[in-house]
This record gives sequence, C-alpha cells and structure tokens, in this order.
Amino acid sequence: MADATALLQLRGISKGFPGVKALSDVQLTIRRGEIHSLMGENGAGKSTLIKVLTGVYRRDGGEILLNGTSIDARSPEEAQRLGISTVYQEVNLIPHLSVAENICLGRQTTTLGFLKWKEIRQRAEKALARLGIEIDVTETVSNYSIAIQQLVAIARALDIDAKVLILDEPTSSLDEKEVEALFTVLRKLKAEGLGIVFVTHFLDQVYAVSDRITVLRNGTYVGEYEAALLPRLQLISKMMGKELSELEMKAADRVATKAGVTPFLKLKQVGRKGSLKPLDLEIAAGEIVGLSGLLGSGRTETARIVFGLDRADCGELQLDGKAISITSPRQASGLKFGFCPEDRKVQAIIPNLSVRENIVLALQANRGWMGYVSRPTQIQLADKFIKALNIKTPNPEQPIRLLSGGNQQKVILARWLASNPRLLILDEPTRGIDVGAKLEIEKLMAQLTGEGMAILFISSDLEETVRNSHRVVVLRDRQKVCELRGEEISEKNIMHAIAASDSDQ
Amino acid sequence: MNLRAIKRNIPFVATASVCLLLFLFASLRYKGFLKLPYLLGFISDDAYLGIAAIGLTFVILTGGIDLSVGGVIGLTSISLALLVEKHHMNPMYAIPLVLVGGVLFGTLMGCLIHFYLLPPFLVTLAGMFLVRGLAFVFNQESIQLTDQMLGGHSASHSLIVFNSTIKIPLANTSIPGTTLIYFVIFLIALVVAQFTKFGRNVYALGGNEHSAALMGLPVARTKIGVYVISSLCSTLAGIVHLLYNVKGDPTSGTGLELDAIAAVVIGGTLLSGGVGYIAGTIIGVLILSIIQAIINFEGSLNSWWTRIAIGMLLLLFILLQKLIQAKKFKTAGTFQKT
Ligand SMILES: Nc1ncnc2c1ncn2[C@@H]1O[C@H](COP(=O)(O)OP(=O)(O)OP(=O)(O)O)[C@@H](O)[C@H]1O
Ligand SMILES: [Mg+2]
Repeated sequence: MADATALLQLRGISKGFPGVKALSDVQLTIRRGEIHSLMGENGAGKSTLIKVLTGVYRRDGGEILLNGTSIDARSPEEAQRLGISTVYQEVNLIPHLSVAENICLGRQTTTLGFLKWKEIRQRAEKALARLGIEIDVTETVSNYSIAIQQLVAIARALDIDAKVLILDEPTSSLDEKEVEALFTVLRKLKAEGLGIVFVTHFLDQVYAVSDRITVLRNGTYVGEYEAALLPRLQLISKMMGKELSELEMKAADRVATKAGVTPFLKLKQVGRKGSLKPLDLEIAAGEIVGLSGLLGSGRTETARIVFGLDRADCGELQLDGKAISITSPRQASGLKFGFCPEDRKVQAIIPNLSVRENIVLALQANRGWMGYVSRPTQIQLADKFIKALNIKTPNPEQPIRLLSGGNQQKVILARWLASNPRLLILDEPTRGIDVGAKLEIEKLMAQLTGEGMAILFISSDLEETVRNSHRVVVLRDRQKVCELRGEEISEKNIMHAIAASDSDQ
Repeated sequence: MNLRAIKRNIPFVATASVCLLLFLFASLRYKGFLKLPYLLGFISDDAYLGIAAIGLTFVILTGGIDLSVGGVIGLTSISLALLVEKHHMNPMYAIPLVLVGGVLFGTLMGCLIHFYLLPPFLVTLAGMFLVRGLAFVFNQESIQLTDQMLGGHSASHSLIVFNSTIKIPLANTSIPGTTLIYFVIFLIALVVAQFTKFGRNVYALGGNEHSAALMGLPVARTKIGVYVISSLCSTLAGIVHLLYNVKGDPTSGTGLELDAIAAVVIGGTLLSGGVGYIAGTIIGVLILSIIQAIINFEGSLNSWWTRIAIGMLLLLFILLQKLIQAKKFKTAGTFQKT
C-alpha cells in the first residue's frame, strides 16, 4: 500500500499498557498538504497514537514511514528533529518561565552559543502575532489564562520548520475568534504542503477544516473517510460503534423544562473592582442557570465570587434570606456549594490517587474525618459514576493519571456530582468530552436537578446552554446584560445579547 | 528594576534586602567591620563554600539535590595534597587529574539518577559516604604542604605560593588568587544560567520535567549535566580550599553541604526547582559570612549562635517562599480541592 503522495504513514501500530490494550493494528496516512482529523471517543487511543508516533511511548509493533523511509523516534526531541512538531493534549509549558522563553525553549537564537534575548522576544511576538494575539511576552506564562497558554503552546509548535504538525485538542479552551485565527494559519500551512493532524471533540471544527477523517474506536482502526462525504451522524455512529438515531439527538433537545420556585441564593449588586461590575443573580433549588458570554466576559469571575475564591467588594449575598459573606472555598464547601473549575485538567486531579479515590474526594472532604465514607460505599459510588458517565478505565483502582484526557475530566465531574452539593457550579463541564458522554452528562444534570440540586452552568457552547438551562444570564464586558427565561431562551437571542453594542442597551 | 520585575523576584529582593540590612547593622555597630581588608577577608574565607554553592544551585534549580559536595571537597583536598606532596606530581598534571575525577563522579551520580530513576537524595547521600570514606582511606591525617626542595625543585612550591603570586593589589590590601577563582566561576555560572540553552533547559527541567520532555528538550543531557557541574564545582572548591589553607585535609568540607543548601535557599532558589538565581546564591553565602562575622565581633557569644541565626533565617525564607507560592496559586486562578 505504498502511497506516492503519503507524507507520513503509520501501519499496524499496536501499544499496550498494563491491563489496557490502547492500540491494536491501527493505521493512519497523512498526505502532503492536508488537514487530517483523528476522531474517536474518550479513551479511543488518539493521544496514545500521537505519543507513539512522537517517541513518548515505545510501540509494541507496527511501522512508521516518513517520506517513505522508516523512522523510529525515541523521544519528542528526536521527533522534532525529524520534522514532526506536536502540541500534546495536556498543555505543556513551563509555568515559571516567560511566554517568550516557552515559545523558543530549545531552539533559541544564539551567537557563539549565547542567547540573544532581544531576538528571542521578537520571534515570540511574531509567532503569536500569526495567531492574532498581542501580549507582553516577558510576562510569566502562568499569569495568563488557560486560553492564552494554549495559544502559546500552539505558537511554539508553529514556530518550527516542520513537515508534520500534530495538534491534540488544541482548541479546547479557545473562543471562536481564536479558533478562526488558528484555522487561517492551518490553511496557510496546508497550502505550503504540510501534513496536519488535528484532534478535537468539536464536530463543527472538524468539518470546518478537515480534508480527511480517520476514526478510531477502542484502540482499533475503523476507517478513513473524505470529510465532505461523511455526514455528521454517520461520523458519530462510527465513533460510538452504534447507530445514534436522529431521534435520540432530538430527545436531548431541551432537557430543561420546569423552572425552580423560590430562590435560595441571591446576589444583590455583587461586584468586584476590576473583575466584575455589580450584578443581580438568583438561583433556586432544582434550577439550572446558564451563564453565557464570551471568554473573559465575567462568567468565571461570577462563579469565583460565589464560591469564595475571590472576595466581592460591593453588594450583598443572601442565602436562605440571610445576608452572608463567603470568604473562602472552604466556607463555601461547608454551605454545600461545589465548584468544578474550568482548568480542572491541570488543577484538580490528584494524579497518583485512584479513580475511586478521586471520585469520593469531595464527598469525604465535606463530611470531615469523622464521617468516613466506608469502603463499600466508595466502591458503589465509583461504580455508579463510572457507568453513568461511561468512564473508560480498566478498574476503579487505576491511578487517574493513566486515564485519557477526556476520561480524567469525567472523573472530576463525577467527584462534584457525587458530593451531592446544594449548588453546583460547573465551568465548561463538557469540554474535551466526546459527544456520547456529553449527552450522558446532560441527562445526569437533569436528573440531579430533579432531585433538588441547583446548578450554575457555564458553557461557551450556545446549543448546550440553550438545551439545559431554565434561565440564561448573559454577560458582556464583565457586566450582566440581560436575563432570558422560558421561551426567550434561544441561540439567536443569546447571540443578539452578546453582540449588541453598548449604545442599544 | 521596575515594579513588576521586583514583584516577580520577591525572594531575590528579600535576600538582597536582608543582606543589606545585616551589612548596615554590622558596619554601624562594629568599628573594624567596614574596612576593606576585613571584608575581603571573610569573602575569601568562604570562597570555597561559594563555589560549591554555585554548583549546587544548578542541581537545585532542576529540583534535585546534591549532598556529596562536602565529601568531594575533602577527597579533592587530600588527594591533591597526596599527589603533589607525597608523590611529587607536578600540579600541572595533578589538578586536571582531580578535576577529571570530579567530572566522572558527577556523571556517575547523574546517570544513576536519570536512567535508573533513583531519588537524588539517596544517590548523593551514598556518594557522600563514598567520597568521604575514600578521603580517609587515602590519608587519615591532614598533610601540610611543605616547601622543601627535592632535587632542585618542589612540586608543592607552586601551590604554596599561589595566593602570594597571583593577587590583585587593591588600596592597601590585595585579593588572593583563590578569591579571583571564585569570582571567575561566579561570572561563568551567571552566563551559563542566563545566556545558554543549557542554562535555560535547567530552569525548564525544574519547572516541569514532564513538560520539558514533551517540549523536546534534552532532559537526559541536562539532568546529568547539572550533577557534573556540581561535582566539578565542588572539586574546584576542594582545590581552592587546599590553596587557601596550604594543607590537605580529609575532614575539610565536613557538613558543608548543609551550609551550601542553606545559602542556596536563602538566596531565593526554590527547593522544588525552576526558580532561582546564581546571584542569589552568592548573596546567600555573603549573608552566612556576615552572620558569622557579627557573632565573632560580639565576642561574648558562643560561635554556635551562628548556627541558630542561620536556622532562623532559613525558616524565615522557607515561610516566605511558601507565602509567595500560596499567593501565586490564588492569583493564577487555580483551585485545588483536597
Ligand atoms: N500511561 C498509560 N498507562 C495505562 N493506560 C493508559 C496510559 N495512557 C493511556 N492509557 C489508556 O489508553 C487508552 C487510550 O487513551 P488515550 O489517551 O489515547 O485516549 P484518547 O483517544 O486520547 O481520549 P481523549 O479524547 O479522552 O483524550 C485509555 O483507555 C487510557 O486509559
Ligand atoms: Mg487524548
């Protein structure tokens, strides 16, 4: 099967981990000048395939050809030298170092072996400008948002003279404009003859840029398709291995129906200088309130104030009619609030604890050391959520760091759902999670609110917000612009509110 | 430095301020303190500590530790004295020989740590016992370098006169050659840390080893490299110790690894790696020297008070680091529920 146009060919790749066969007999062919999406559910083996290709893992079997010659990279360093540039799923940057250094590390401009800092900075600025961002590159990278960090990682990968560019879920934290800027660059690189591998769970993005799609399922190769000839539903069923009828998709439409009654939590003109202008917000038991708006519009800031991560400097918070001030996350937990943060991928997992332990963590913390959750209960809980969220793990005792990225997120989500809070704040809970699991999560949210839990739901996905929320609060420029309820909730209305200029408020 | 730069380098700024305060305190309180010969004296006394601490800084920047630095000083000091004094070897050959020995020892420890994933603490602890033991096996007693002429020349001669031939006159005193070596090593280390790919890779490795590997940085070379640098520096420190005291001694550098670690940490380098400066370490060493000097001047105080003062200071700096990290943690918008 020697393909003359093939730039990179992977054949018969297999890779096993203790207890898991991550890849068996997988193939992937990347041609010159194409964008190739690698698709599959969480845990299908996408990241593993990429890591085998780039020498992070040694393959158990199979062959890799670059330009027709067999290659065998033993480390990412070697893969880079062969012309394979990669952005891995877990954003890999050095937190303490500056943006400029993170972009240029390992290939800084030097004379006689000495670094030329000025040129390094300029090069970093240029690399970021290609993606349409202008920031102070001398600032420490960890001081920037996850979105910027993701862009920095991408800029780093683009800054190298590569033949193959691999992007493993590069857009999970980006807003539309940033994604568009990235796509523009990708199209240009494609025209220059690069082969690009793109992994994402956003179907829109897949269809927006890909020429071809390779689907993996459970570590096996399903097929390679022309993107233009593969309808969306077919792609989904190929990924899931079962027919997902149109009907089922429809059924998931508007999960939310009934609204809550009397609010138990009220924010009255609560704000914080520099991060949020004073706003009103109410939430009742059994209600899902969606917070909508662009990145940086104040959604996360609102959540942080409610959870005591930031202190409000004006306004009043009322819980059950009594004024309170929430000054710390610990206090908020005591009030039975839960917060599943946006950047949980990096922040919230305890890598060496098992899936079970990670799931019961919040529940145990709430109960304190006196209320030890018995082991049978723990196992029961873990099993319940592993099933409910379709978490792919050989067993509940697997250390969480060995799970695929999407499955780690499901575990974190399970942790907060299991703690059975009164108010649960979910910041982008479905990011990086496959289509099938998204529907499961939505069903679970509906069920939990049916049992009286209140959910503050933050999502950049309008469709999802519309489908799940009883009420939608729209924010723009760190300010609440309107509140939609009942029939008013629609993508069109939300977009309108976000886009409306200040003058016609 | 603008305000933001200061904010970013709080540990370093704190170290520098403490140093300055101690210096002001001492110079106001003690008459003899602010005299050039005296100042140069205590810098020179601690030159070997400074050199070892510089090498150790690289290791700690990667998040590792090297406990063998004191032992290497002892072994170097006694073996060089043996070679030159007892075996009449020309220092021109003997010095490179011990330096090669230091490099090999560092390579060995680095390889064990990197390839066999052994904890640096244990590997270098074993290394410390090994070299200290060897030092005593070589010779139990100290060896005074003598200037006796054997057959018209003395091998030891050039070592003995080193500090009196190589010195820079300054005002009405002079800087000894060993102190010059210290300055030169300091400058080289500064440049390596800030202006070479290797130096930056050291910081990257300490910041996040997993990421550094995924970014395609040469992890193996860098990690082994820092242990080589540390051993090389402590070998140099051993040589300086010998030149300065004109005496090889298997006990020299005993417990010095702890002073060196203290100097590095007080100098603002995080033990967890990734953050710190070579210049900070030099200031750290200076702080230790000034404390020692103050206690000497006090006269009535037992010299062990130095230890207590260092202990308190160390505690203070560790608390400061913790505080800064906690604050960073919060401002970066991170949240971890445990
Ligand atoms: N180091 C490891 N040790 C053990 N098992 C692993 C390891 N890395 C991955 N796995 C397992 O291999 C399977 C494939 O994981 P992989 O990360 O490739 O999935 P993925 O397709 O990238 O999923 P996602 O969309 O969630 O990122 C998963 O079941 C995962 O648990
Ligand atoms: Mg993955």
